[in-house]
Amino acid sequence: MRRTWRQRITFTDVVIWGIGLAIAAVVVVGTIATLRSGKYTPEAWFDLALSGLALGGVYALIALGYTLVYGILRMINFAHSEVFMSGPFTAVFVAQALNRAGTIDSHPVLSLLLITLVSASVSCLIAVLLERIAYRPLRTAPRLVPLITAIGASFFLQYAFRGLYGSGIRAYPTLDILDGAWNIGTFRVFRTDVVIIVSAMVMMLVLYAIVQRTKIGKAMRAVSEDKEVASLMGIDVDRVIVVTFALGGFSAGVAGVLYALAFPVVNFYMGFIPGLKAFTAAVLGGIGNVPGAFLGAMILGVVESIGPNLFLDGLGVPAPNQLKDLVAFVILVFILIIRPTGILGERLAQAKA
Amino acid sequence: MKRLSSVLGLLVILSILLVACGPAETPTPVETEAPPETVAPVETEAPVAFECTDAIGCVDVAPDEPIHIAYLLVISGPNETLGIDSRNGIEIAIADHGPVLGHEVSLTGEDGGCSAEGGQPAGARLAADPTIVGVIGTSCSSEARAAVPLLSLAGFTVISPSNTAPDLTLPGNENQWPGYFRTAHSDLFQGAAAADFAYNFLGVRTIATIHDGSLYAEKLAEVFRGAFEDLGGAVSGQGAVSPDQTDMSGVLADIAAGGPELIYYPIFMPAGALITIQAHETTGLEETYLMGADGLFSPDVMEGAGEDVEGFYVSSPDLTAFGDAYAASFVPAYVEMFGTEPISIFHAHGYDAVMLLLAAIEEVAVVDADGTLHIGRQALRDAMYAVENYEGLTGNLTCSDTGDCADPVIAVYQYHVGVYPPERIWP
Repeated sequence: MRRTWRQRITFTDVVIWGIGLAIAAVVVVGTIATLRSGKYTPEAWFDLALSGLALGGVYALIALGYTLVYGILRMINFAHSEVFMSGPFTAVFVAQALNRAGTIDSHPVLSLLLITLVSASVSCLIAVLLERIAYRPLRTAPRLVPLITAIGASFFLQYAFRGLYGSGIRAYPTLDILDGAWNIGTFRVFRTDVVIIVSAMVMMLVLYAIVQRTKIGKAMRAVSEDKEVASLMGIDVDRVIVVTFALGGFSAGVAGVLYALAFPVVNFYMGFIPGLKAFTAAVLGGIGNVPGAFLGAMILGVVESIGPNLFLDGLGVPAPNQLKDLVAFVILVFILIIRPTGILGERLAQAKA
Repeated sequence: MKRLSSVLGLLVILSILLVACGPAETPTPVETEAPPETVAPVETEAPVAFECTDAIGCVDVAPDEPIHIAYLLVISGPNETLGIDSRNGIEIAIADHGPVLGHEVSLTGEDGGCSAEGGQPAGARLAADPTIVGVIGTSCSSEARAAVPLLSLAGFTVISPSNTAPDLTLPGNENQWPGYFRTAHSDLFQGAAAADFAYNFLGVRTIATIHDGSLYAEKLAEVFRGAFEDLGGAVSGQGAVSPDQTDMSGVLADIAAGGPELIYYPIFMPAGALITIQAHETTGLEETYLMGADGLFSPDVMEGAGEDVEGFYVSSPDLTAFGDAYAASFVPAYVEMFGTEPISIFHAHGYDAVMLLLAAIEEVAVVDADGTLHIGRQALRDAMYAVENYEGLTGNLTCSDTGDCADPVIAVYQYHVGVYPPERIWP
């Protein structure tokens, strides 16, 4: 039956679009006001954008774990933030030992690779154990059960690591090769930021290639389409799921080292906030979609970094940076109003519908 | 089967309700009714039975029982050195003092986590224990805001070794509670001293401040800005971060736009170290002086900030203004008991807090023939308020009507890579 546009638009739609328009208006007005005040130099904006991209890179590497697991199991692995924490928290001891032995100064690149490898292996192991112990026995249970289990596993891991390594804060030793910046004109490009952004892009491309081009990637996509049919076709579903968790854990472990190099706050609680942000990024990009997770993470990182200064400063909001999380989540709401499935989520949503 | 599980479910719900209701009933405020707590200890053979006439009740300590003191400090997490250092001072004081009127002193404690969220449950747990005579705590002013009302209503005498927010002892303030004392300075002194240092010693004329929303940081930053403006300086900006924020580039860009010569951020770890590192990477802040306060006087700052700690200033109590006993006997005792030099800045304040409390107990306790102690809670508080010219480690202590007992001398210290404690450079 054909309906006129009047009948098709409900009251809820109007309210939601109203909220969207209000957000857009605040963003536009705030941006214009800030830029006209000329408070920030182009160098300052560049600094902010770069650090936002670096933060986005870390979020992207974590978000890959969320999105891969969701793509295959339709399950949100809330313990992934602890997978992210476990690697760098363990590798910090390797780093400190290398530092005492002087290896960090004599072979910095090798040391960094070793630290990253240790971190990634630990995270990988934790992710695989998590799947084996906590999730596999519940695979046929209702969807809410693994979700609650994930939250429980998250607390278990946090406090297990607190018990093992203590609750104090640890830091990675300074790596001279990552210290300092390159100057491009009047802009400064920090090496740490570049390393983070490049690593994130490389990891993303490698994972995308694995999913799209390899045999195991094909199996992953098949399992994601339909587990039962895939297993009838001779795919070892358990193995595919283990590989998925391992890939997610590996990339979270790498992310952990990069994050800890930029922000020396290694403790048992370090995973919570980045994990939450990465999950947000995965939703923003369209959960289940690998390039989407990367795109969502980059957008989230930059918005979070630039947003408070760009949108709120010009409106005269005092201390706008306290509100950076608010800005990030409001933008999430805005994008989800326009595209409920996330930026790149549409194809997937149609395929699963 | 179905019936069995529903019965089980009902049982579970009932037991949860019981557990949830249980503790809520215990902490009845002891203020108005003054319940006769003298629930007959072993005083039958005493010639005249002791009758508690104290307005807010008494604690009775049986002959072979210890006097129960509790601490509420931050002993885990990023700021653990702050609280553990104070606790070390407390333990040294208890050992130094020896038995009080023939009773040992027992110490138990709760972790307040340096936040209101941690102070609230810790305070509630302590308030539910009527054997506690006094509480040494809290470590952080935000903890105090949540915990001190509970402890005060429970009738305890509370002495903080490190809360410095002015509110806590400002008369007529909602955060000022009866029975609350502190041996640490009020930030009215610290803020003014830090501003004096910045204006007259460093010679800077524009400053900016960053706080983390905690009672301590917000007030201290405010006092600092006020004192600096009074000296004739200008405030170019003020920012705020959240305590668990890691990326500070936004707030630093905001601050940098004002072009300050010094940034004062009296906050905690890890945010303090993160700002120190990222300020060095912010365009326009390369030459800016960076300065924190006593919450950032800890080896954790060196670990957290790495090489960027070089040149970082902190305002803090002046260790050299402490009495001769500090260097001569306290520090050696600390090293002997804990195998390290003091790990933060508020250990001597913890020591003095215990010494004041024990002296007050000795003053007011009524001793029965068999050795039973009766300690009037209000009498104990009154004895604390009456403290005058007490020779403590941290100076000459006199308690005000609102509980300020400190003899504040503030110094400024400067960090250098690999050297702890930091170097004292002013005054």
